[in-house]
Amino acid sequence: MSNARVETKLWVWQRLSAAVLAVCVIVHLIVIVYAVQDGLSAAEIITRVSGNFLWLAFYSVFVIAIAVHAPIGIRTILKEMTSIGPGPTHMIMATFSLVILAMGFRAVIGLFNASVGG
Amino acid sequence: MSNSIKVSVWRGRETGEFQSFDVPRQPSQTVLDIVTFIQRNIDPTLSYRFACRVGMCGSCAMTVNGKPRWTCRTHVDKVVEDGEIQISPLRNLKVVKDLTCDMTEFFDKMNKAEGKFHPTKTRHDDFDVVLPDDPTRQLAAQGIECIGCAVCYSACDVVEWNKDYLGPAALNRAWTLVNDVRDGGNKERLTAISGDSGCHACHSQQGCVKHCPKNLSPTRSIAGLKRATMKAALKGEI
Amino acid sequence: MKISAHRNHTHYWAFILHRVSGLLLAIFLPAHFYVLGLAIEGEAAMDGFIRWTDAPLVKGAEVILVILLAAHLTGGLRLMAVEFIGTRESSKTAVAVGAGISLVVGLAFLFNVV
Repeated sequence: MSNARVETKLWVWQRLSAAVLAVCVIVHLIVIVYAVQDGLSAAEIITRVSGNFLWLAFYSVFVIAIAVHAPIGIRTILKEMTSIGPGPTHMIMATFSLVILAMGFRAVIGLFNASVGG
Repeated sequence: MSNSIKVSVWRGRETGEFQSFDVPRQPSQTVLDIVTFIQRNIDPTLSYRFACRVGMCGSCAMTVNGKPRWTCRTHVDKVVEDGEIQISPLRNLKVVKDLTCDMTEFFDKMNKAEGKFHPTKTRHDDFDVVLPDDPTRQLAAQGIECIGCAVCYSACDVVEWNKDYLGPAALNRAWTLVNDVRDGGNKERLTAISGDSGCHACHSQQGCVKHCPKNLSPTRSIAGLKRATMKAALKGEI
Repeated sequence: MKISAHRNHTHYWAFILHRVSGLLLAIFLPAHFYVLGLAIEGEAAMDGFIRWTDAPLVKGAEVILVILLAAHLTGGLRLMAVEFIGTRESSKTAVAVGAGISLVVGLAFLFNVV
């Protein structure tokens, strides 16, 4: 794939994931501002999301969108502000994406399966 | 109003130093007047560029107190700080000597961005009719007043951080041609302006918009290029 | 920090805020996911960590993170508005509105969490 095509596609994916994240972040901010009222506890979080397919779907979409968006953003910073070459940059991006997916889904599924008092 | 100004002028090439001159202050004086006064009355070895001196050619662009400007259109009263002015060559371009910089890279990038017309007709063909209220013509008209003075290039942070970035002027020029119905080079052009150092490197910081002496908006043109390349990529054209 | 005169304008600061907030959020995320993943080890493990976050310094950092998230969102919306709708003087107002919204969200979080 030509360089032009790569750059254009990355730009498109960045904006697409940004649009998805705009919705997710607004929902997330509203939820956490509401949730931290009267203190936060694991029981409260687990009660809200455990076994709930809607939250599972929402946070899964959230994690995937971040796994697309954040590495592309980091790539720009590495390209502009460091002398790290394209090869190592792609490695860093790919690794970061996998870390987000792995840790993100570990958290999402973990919370889905968790139970209070467990 | 005190009757003289302390002027700090860059002497040398990439390395050098600021040299100080005292210049008598005059009403309606421009920064170009100051530089000319120094060269003609104090130090004839000072190198600088100008031509029209009336804000039409863009040759006199320099950095004045940190900002890239046309010196012939910069009144001393507007920029003097505590009776002092600092003048240096345009940022982001190699220095030839003192206040003159090498514009080669700037114009090379115009070429690299395919900022040149690709004709499609011969003298034997009927010419295209382009009406003034045609929407694409109006988009082109928003950017064609550029005279290639390099003030935007000098103001752009991405140019500073990315050696190969084509820059606001070249990309603005490319956009005017993308919207020119007579031009047949859009496939090469959209490819040229979307590589590593193309339109996608712009972060819309609008330093170019802020400093353009002709009130153009390269940012708007570059945004147009981003949308055009997106459509072209989706259609498989690039 | 002396900033060059040619950089001292609204959209430059908006860009800096967007870049810094994005970088800090990217660094923070793995830690955030780790804490949430503690739920797998059981409610007690997660609660233990959450109790640690009751410390005022941590709460302060959380408020800043919320502001950074809101700022990155509004900065991104500004960017996409410029790229898809076009630049106008009013986009400077958009920057100010975005900054204002971020602070409001941060304050809402602060007042609820304290």
